[in-house]
Order: sequence, then C-alpha cells, then structure tokens
Amino acid sequence: MSKKVLVLGEIREGSLRNVSFEALAAAKRVAQGGEVVGALVGQSVHALGNELIHCGADRAVIVEHTNLAQYTSDGYAQALLAVIQAVNPDGIIFGHTALGKDLAPKLAARLDSGLISDVTAIEEAGGNIIFTRPIYSGKAFERKLITEGLTFATIRPNNIAPLEKDESKSGNISSLQVDIKDLRSIIKEVVKKASTGVDLSEAKVIVAGGRGVKSKEGFEPLQELAAVLGGAVGASRGACDANYCDYSLQIGQTGKVVTPDLYIACGISGAIQHLAGMSNSKVIVAINKDPDANIFNVADYGIVGDLFEVVPLLTEEFRKLQINA
Amino acid sequence: MNIYVLMKRTFDTEEKITLSACCINEDGAEFIINPYDEYAVEEAIQVREAQGGEVTVISIGSQEAVTQLRTALAMGADKAVLINIEDAIENGDQYTTAKIIAEYLKDKSPDLILGGNVAIDGGSGQVGPRVAELLGMNYVTTITKLDIDGTRATVVRDVEGDSEVIETNLPLLVTAQQGLNEPRYPSLPGIMKAKKKPLAELELDDLNLEEDDVEAKTKTIEIFLPPKKEAGRILEGELEQQAKELVQLLHNEAKVI
Repeated sequence: MSKKVLVLGEIREGSLRNVSFEALAAAKRVAQGGEVVGALVGQSVHALGNELIHCGADRAVIVEHTNLAQYTSDGYAQALLAVIQAVNPDGIIFGHTALGKDLAPKLAARLDSGLISDVTAIEEAGGNIIFTRPIYSGKAFERKLITEGLTFATIRPNNIAPLEKDESKSGNISSLQVDIKDLRSIIKEVVKKASTGVDLSEAKVIVAGGRGVKSKEGFEPLQELAAVLGGAVGASRGACDANYCDYSLQIGQTGKVVTPDLYIACGISGAIQHLAGMSNSKVIVAINKDPDANIFNVADYGIVGDLFEVVPLLTEEFRKLQINA
Repeated sequence: MNIYVLMKRTFDTEEKITLSACCINEDGAEFIINPYDEYAVEEAIQVREAQGGEVTVISIGSQEAVTQLRTALAMGADKAVLINIEDAIENGDQYTTAKIIAEYLKDKSPDLILGGNVAIDGGSGQVGPRVAELLGMNYVTTITKLDIDGTRATVVRDVEGDSEVIETNLPLLVTAQQGLNEPRYPSLPGIMKAKKKPLAELELDDLNLEEDDVEAKTKTIEIFLPPKKEAGRILEGELEQQAKELVQLLHNEAKVI
C-alpha cells in the first residue's frame, strides 16, 4: 500500500545535511511507490528546495520565518505541525540528530503517535515496514513495526544509503505562511567546540585517541591524520577523563555512538564502554603498543606499535595515495 | 521548589548480552540506575540544596525497581514513587511510558523535571520530551549545565559537540547529558536514612488509566545479536612497511579510502 511520507531537510550552516538525503531514501522505501514530500524550515531556505527534489523528494514545502533562524523545539514544532496539517502524511522521517532527537518525540506526543528512534535499516515484509534499530548500546538489535497511526521514525546517520542525485528531476516547491510565536526558549549563544568541522556522528572516517595519547598535545598527530582523510577526531572515556580532550569527543556507552566507514583507534585499550560506541563501524583499525589489548578483538586490521610512530607514517602514506590518485 | 526525576532501572550494558529464546537473557545480570538518569538525580539534589524544596524520584516498571529507587533516596532524594505496571501491561513502548508519567504528574505542579537524555538499554530518548509535551511544558534536552535564578533558568545544551546557551523559564523539563555533574555515591548514613524515606507504589488503576488508554503504538517482532566478527588481521614487519600495507589494504581490500 503506497504511502505519503514527509521528510525534514535538516540544514547546517546553509547546506542540507547528508542524513537528510539518507532520510529521503528511507522515505522512498516507506512510501512503497507513494509520494515523498520534503519539508524545509528556517529563515531563508528556499534555495535548497530543488536539492531535496534532486535527491528523492517529489515536492517540497517550505516554511520561512525570522523566528526560525535558529532551531527551537517550539518554533520548529509550530512550523512542522502546519506542514503536517497541509500535507497530511502517513509517515514522517527525520535524521536521528541532535535536532531530530529533540523534536521528533515532541511531535509524536502532540500527534498521539508512535515513534521508532535511531533506525539503521528499513525493509518491507508482508506489506509491513520493518525497522531495525540497535539496543543495549549496539550489542543487540531489534526489529520493530508501527502497529497504529503514523509511521514515524528517526534514522541514524551513515546507515541508509542516499539515492543517486538526479539534477534533471523537478517538482513543485510551495511556501506555507506560518506565524511562529511564543518561543519559550531563547538561544543566547552558540559555542562551537567541534574542532574539524566534521561532525562525529556523520563522519565517514574517525580517528580516535585513548589514554595512550598521553596529553592534549598527543592528539595533534591524530588531528593531522583526520584532516588528511577528511574525518573527525574522537576519544575514549579514558582520554576525556584524563582531560586530554573535551567530553564532546567521547565515543562510547556514555558519549556518542558512531558508525563510520573507517574507525582508527589509536592507543585505545578497548574497554566494553568504548566498544559500545564504535563496534558497528564498517572497518576498524587498531593501533596499540599492547598486543593483548582488547581493541584487537574487534579490529579488522591491527598494528602493534607506538601510535606516535605509526600515526605519522599512516598520514604520510595516505597523502601519497591521494597524490597518486 | 517541587522537583521530579524520571528514573529507569536498566540492564548494565557493560554486561555480556546473550539471548534466550526470543529475549535478552537477564539471569544473573547486574541492574543499575540508567547512568544518564543518575546525572538527573544528582542535579535534582544539587538544585534542592541550593534552592530548597523536595525531590521526588519516579520509576515505571516492576517491583524490582525498588532497589534503584532506594539508591536514589540514599543519594539524597526525598521521596520515591514506583508505578508498577508489571501485571497490567505486557508490551509498552515510549508512548505508553510517557502517557503514564504525564498522567501521574498532571496535578503535581512540578517546577522542574529532570531525566536522562537516553536510556542505555532501549536507547530511544523519547520519554522526556514526550512527557513535557503532554504536560504542555517547555523542555531542553542533553544539558550539560543548569543555573536557576528565581523562575529563570539558564541551560547549556550539548548539540553534537557544540554548546548552546539557552535562556528560559520554569516550569521546565531537562534531560541530562554526560558532563552535567559527577553523581555522588550514597553515604552509609544516606543508605540508613533511605530505608525510612517514603516510597509509594501505584498501579494503573490508581491513575484512573485503563490498559487500552496506554496501548503501545509500536511492536518489537524480533531481537537478534549482531553477527560475530571474524578475527582481524594483525600486520607484521617494519612499521614503515606495515603502514604502507595498511593503507593499501584499506584502499584495495576494504575499499573505504
């Protein structure tokens, strides 16, 4: 049975986030031949409407207002409730991002609806849409379906492949006038801490350091390697607790859960706490002086050696590879 | 100040996970206060210490959650409430939980509600914002700092590594992120006192709810373990050679670069 599915196009620093293209692909699957509608919310976002259509939306609905310049749950909820009323979708897909995690449960409560969070795979079986999601910090998975009402889900970045971009595709882009008012939270200041500009949860490559990094300065070779690979730097709890880096970099049961294509663990012993946050990465490389370190048990490739020797060598080799390519 | 904490008893996911028939095997496993809820309990106690008032910890589940509620009381919470749904509800979801909590809280006039931003077992992170919405209350998720001055609140929110400084007012619901505080261990006198603190036990009937009112909107049809990973390959030889080999393997074999 075909469905109409709404996708929120999430914008960061003027561009659509990758996870929104993945959400369009997810919506296409949920729609089963039905319509995929992209929603854009912000102060001035009209220009991005076509990109949503090129990446899988059949049409786009836009809500623009000065009070939507920054994300607030009140502002975005007002905008999206208006879109939902106008579109009347059977399903809604958001990215499982800071914004999606904050907003989706509010909308689900308002719409008296179920919500399946942090989805990593979507399939159709016997007319039902089945969602797979990790539980117990990724040590197990559950397959879930919606039994009643809206098919509402948030998808984990980096898990559902986006559709091929088709720039010849066109579709209707309409604007919806909504009065966004009575915001109960005011954002006074945003302090940027993410160093490389690549967000950990969306990064294709992560170079992570543990206690073996030994100091704040010890992260520098890791940052260089991450920069060459266009990746992000992460850390184990041990490194954060020892004050080598900010807690915002922590990957693990507490901290971020990541699934990059390539995870390079440097001087990380591989405590269960840490594995919970990264063991579902596609390819794991471990670099550690201790040949018995637990991290080697989950690694696809391992180098036993001092990270301060190995990491710069790797940076050099990756540079060469890029020059030759 | 009238402060409530939403707390979940969770399976310690540092435990090894095994399946028995359909479900996660809980035999002999360690159960704990969800670590993010522990930050919420600690923050609630600190707010009360600064502002006065009363901290009530709420948990939904079975009789077994009494252990974790007593731990929260031993940390310094004043009262605990267990909403025991063991007999009434077989398969609840976040819709179920949020609806029950909101029903309990709707006539309690909370000034501040705290919870963890996510539970480490189910990992949905829905219940906090859902409860706030059902109560018509404002909320801020994944907070790392909370300052309260009269009815004004200044909150720092973790947004994927960046921090937002948010100004808002009470009543407010917040969900805790790591970094908010360092939860205290219950002291021995605290543990002794906790035994005498009030712990109320309610069932759905006491909230005038029927099972149908809170029936789940989602259903789990299968739980499975991820496929076992094959042993990795430890490279050998001179480090320069290993680095060359690794880059080639990542490029040609794993094809991730």
